[in-house]
Formats: sequence, structure tokens, C-alpha cells
Amino acid sequence: MADKKKAGAFDIRIVIATLVGIYGLVLTVLGIVEKQPEIDKAAGININLWGGIGMLVFTAVFVLWARLRPIAVPIDSEPADE
Amino acid sequence: MLAQQSILRLDATAIDYIIIALYFVFVLGIGYLARRAVSNSLDFFLSGRSLPAWVTGLAFISANLGAIEIMGMSANGAQYGMPTVHYFWIGAIPAMLFLGVVMMPFYYGSKVRSVPEFMLRRFGKPAHLVNAISFALAQVLIAGVNLFLLATIVNVLLGWPIWVSVIVAAVIVLSYITLGGLSAAIYNEVLQFFVIVAALLPLTLIGLHKVGGWQGLVDKVTASPGGSEQMSAWPGNALSGFSNDFLSVIGIVFGLGFVLSFGYWTTNFVEVQRAMASKNMSAARRTPIIGSFPKMFVPFIVIIPGIIAAVIVPELAQFKATGSGEVDYNDAILLLMRDLLPNGMLGLAITGLLASFMAGMAANLSSFNTVMSYDIIERYVIKDRPDDFYLRTGRWATVAGTLIAIGTAAIASGYSNLMDYLQQLFSFFNAPLFATFILGMFWKRMTAAAGWIGLVSGTATAILVFVLSETGVINLPGQGASFVGAGAAFVVDILISVLVSTVTRPKEESELVGLVYSLTPKEQRTEVRLRGDHGWYRRPVLLAGISLAMTIVLNIVFG
Repeated sequence: MADKKKAGAFDIRIVIATLVGIYGLVLTVLGIVEKQPEIDKAAGININLWGGIGMLVFTAVFVLWARLRPIAVPIDSEPADE
Repeated sequence: MLAQQSILRLDATAIDYIIIALYFVFVLGIGYLARRAVSNSLDFFLSGRSLPAWVTGLAFISANLGAIEIMGMSANGAQYGMPTVHYFWIGAIPAMLFLGVVMMPFYYGSKVRSVPEFMLRRFGKPAHLVNAISFALAQVLIAGVNLFLLATIVNVLLGWPIWVSVIVAAVIVLSYITLGGLSAAIYNEVLQFFVIVAALLPLTLIGLHKVGGWQGLVDKVTASPGGSEQMSAWPGNALSGFSNDFLSVIGIVFGLGFVLSFGYWTTNFVEVQRAMASKNMSAARRTPIIGSFPKMFVPFIVIIPGIIAAVIVPELAQFKATGSGEVDYNDAILLLMRDLLPNGMLGLAITGLLASFMAGMAANLSSFNTVMSYDIIERYVIKDRPDDFYLRTGRWATVAGTLIAIGTAAIASGYSNLMDYLQQLFSFFNAPLFATFILGMFWKRMTAAAGWIGLVSGTATAILVFVLSETGVINLPGQGASFVGAGAAFVVDILISVLVSTVTRPKEESELVGLVYSLTPKEQRTEVRLRGDHGWYRRPVLLAGISLAMTIVLNIVFG
């Protein structure tokens, strides 16, 4: 497992979560201040708001995953019982 | 192509540009971070064979989810409707599963560094050279298509001249690949995957809501030119170009499903390279299999928006009815974005398209530089230099590949439906390659001479069919010509290879261990379970079975 350390120099899950999290925040704020014509354009759905919330949920899941299964130890830390 | 004052011009504002700019900061940041992990050529070209399977699995489909896939498949969706799903459910998925279950043990187990290198060990130098050169050529051609598509998007969006956006895009891709090599490309592909989904999923949902849900879409498509057959995948006559239902199904299953797609997914080094970068045999086999799960749902966010665009965007509906107008099928996604997305989400959608362009082009370039360095330069041109020489060579090969791609972008601009053009390319290079591989892996008697002669005659057949259909001797509209070309190339390759094998001397059996099925002991073909490979959900064959069952269900539901 010596070669694992190199790949683990940074965790891609955190990078993805950071980008999507920032997008989620920006879109949610946009969605809250959204004007009616913009909502009408998207067939009556406040897509910035819902899309933003969706991305924040995604971010939370990814951060949780990265926390629960950190990359420094082998991906699978459960006992090898098979 | 598109005028500077295009009717496609998207109404982007500052917030959209901020979203786009943020993405590029992350892309270059990943290139910079990945650079720290590159200390030798194996790190640069194969990520040190160290990546987990979910990363390589997502990169595996993201490498293919380029602008070609998104623009091309939505164009196909707008033009042909649901039969386009065959590219996924008959084409990609079975081939990806076959790669993971049957072929990957040979690729990963033999420790070759590229697909052409497998060719070298199995068939010797002539076949290797033919394969390496034709692959390198195909990659720069396809990179050119990706580049051209990006330029189109930027031209529409910002009104930048095509050549300026070509160069800016090329410089960005170039910088992160030369910095971080395959790791940078793969990590960016994973990021791109999520951005692409985040961009296309909302667009699809709004589009569906706008047409009145699924039933609304069915009603509207049934009333549109082309009629109700566009809403069922089979028999797909318009797609295959055959008027006979039976021939159409055969054409799709054998031409597209078997030859073209198996050829593409199992021998294309762009894809296989992602699996070769994984940390062990089990992860390598799981790479395409894990990739198949998201892959089977990609049609819903790519083809469906195309179908929706063809019925609710007035300009596109007019083009479909009359065959003329200011837009064409390739604009389907852009038109839908223009009509449905508010600022903010619009910026994200544009980012998704830019990301997908870069995914495709980066994948082309990162496999081009590997084949150039390992297979052409190290093997034939400048031998026996220290490793860091080839690392530098790889970086310069990336630069050269980018420059050539800028030139090939011009070729791509000549075709109205880019997918047609690409299918032609794939049938030239991949169908005969698959025939040679599959025969070579399962028939130990196949000789070195048969390897290269079969490959050359198969490719020649594909080119012949292309010329015959271009000059009107064979008349198949749609993509039938490339299905026929691929099928013919496959058959000719097999026949010639068998004939040549019977009159030439086979290789010694001892040289073929690990390369031919019957001569490879079972232990060498299956993975040793290492830490991190346990659990039923990490067993390649079981996962592949689940994936296949789900694909069959999808075929039945949408057939």
C-alpha cells in the first residue's frame, strides 16, 4: 500500500464538494431574490433555488463520505471477513 | 458557421461569468495539486497505478462524456428520438461489462502500459506500429472535433471569434495535463462529471415540466415530423437507415452494438487507460463496470433534452419540418438552455458544456501523449534513455498534440452532424482492432503476420465502404453506412486473419502466457482479493450481472 500515499496527496471528494458547495450557495441566494419573469422562463419553477438546495445536500453527503472513509487508510476499513 | 450576432446568443450576466470562472480556477488548481504527485513517467502516464475504482469508473465515462457525446447525442435525439438510446443500452453498456469481466484481466494482468503495447506483446512490431499510429491519428482528429465544439459554444456565448476561443481552450487543457499528467486529467474528469450532471439534470426537469411531463412529451413528439416511432427505441429504422425492420434491428445489434461499440469501449486506449490507472486488478475490472451504472442514465439528461428541444424550440421545430433555418440539430441543447434557464443556472449549464468539452479533449490528449511517448518514441525513435527523458517527451507530445488538434478542428467544421463523422472515424480504427484483439485473445494459433495484415485489410474495408457511401454507390441515410462499414471491417479482418494464420508460423506458446485465454492460468486471470476489495458489492462479475439486468429492464420499458 506504499503507493497509496501519493494518490492521497489530496482528496478529490473535498475538492468536488467545495466547488459544488459554492455553486449551491450562490444559486440558493439567487433563488431567494429571484424575480418573477425569471421563474416564468423556467416553466414556473424557481430552478436556482431548488438547484442550489440540491447542490448543498450533495455537498453535505460528499463531506460526510470523506469524513467517514478518509483516504489515508485503505478505502475499506471494515474487517476482511469473507 | 455561426455569426457573431447569433440567435443562439445566450443572455449571460456577471453572475454566470463568475460561475464559469470559478470552475476554471478549480480545474487549474487540480492540475497544480496533481503535479506534486508526479515523480516519474508511470505517475504521469498511468497515475502510478494507484487510483480507487470509483474515481477511475467515473473518469471512464467522463472521458467519453465529451462535448461530442452531449452535443452529438442531443442532436441525434432531436433528429431520431429515442432510438438514440441504442448508443448507450445496446452499444456502451454490454461492451463496458465485457471489458471489465473478460478483457481487463489481460490488459491489467500483463502489466502493459497501453493498448498498443498489448498488441506488441501479442503480435509483434508491425501490428503494434499500425495500431499505435492509427490510434495517435484518431486521437488528434477527435481532439479537433472537441476543440471545434468548444469554440462554437464560446462563439455563441461570448461572441469571441472561433480562433480565439480555440486557442484559449487549448491553452487551459494543455496547462493542466502537462502539469499533472493523467492524474490531473482523471481528477478533472470526476469533477466534470458532477458539474455536467448538475448542469443537465435541471435543464431536463424544467424541459419535461414545460412540455407537460412524460405524457406531454409523447403527445408532442407524436404530432411532430417523424411521428410516434421516435418515442420507441426499436426498431430504429431512421437511425440505422434500413427501411426493413428486421435488417434495422440486425444492423443496430451487430453493427452498432457488437462491432462499433465493442470496438470502441474495449480497445480504445482512451478508455482502457482509465482502468489501467487503478490500484489493483479488482479495481481495474470494476472500473468499467462501476462506470456502466451512471452511463445507463446518461441518455435521460442528454437525449431527452434533445427530443424536448425539437418540439418546444420554434427554430428547431421549423428546421425539422422544413430542413432549413438558422439552426441545426447540433444546437439543440444550446437552444433549450437559451429558452429555459434563468441566470445563475444558465452559467452552470454553460460551465457544464465547457467542462464536457475539456473532458473529451483532455482524455484524447492524455492518451495521445502516452502512446506517442511509450509506443512510438521510446520503441522506435529514441530508445534507452532515462525515465525522466520520456516524462519530458510526454509533456512535449501533449503540446504537439494540441497544436495538431487546432488544425483538425477545421476538418470537423465541414460536417453538419458531428456524430456521423465520428462514427466514420471509429469504424475505421476500432472495428478491425476489436476483431484482431478478440481473435488474438482466444485463438493461440493466430500469428504475428495475421495480426497486422488483418488490421490493415479491416481498416481498408471500412475506408472502402466509406468511399462507396460518399460516392453514392451504397445508399444508406442515417448512420447505417458506418454500421455496415464497421460490420464489413470486422468480418474481413477475421477472415483474413484466419487465412493468414493458417499459412504462417504461430508464436511459441511460452511467449503467450498472460496474453491468450487458454494459455493463462486461472490465478493470473482473476484478482487476488486485497484489503479494500471485500464485500459482495466489490465483486466484478456480480456487479456486471446487476448492471446487465438493469439495462435489459430499461430496454424493455423504453423499447
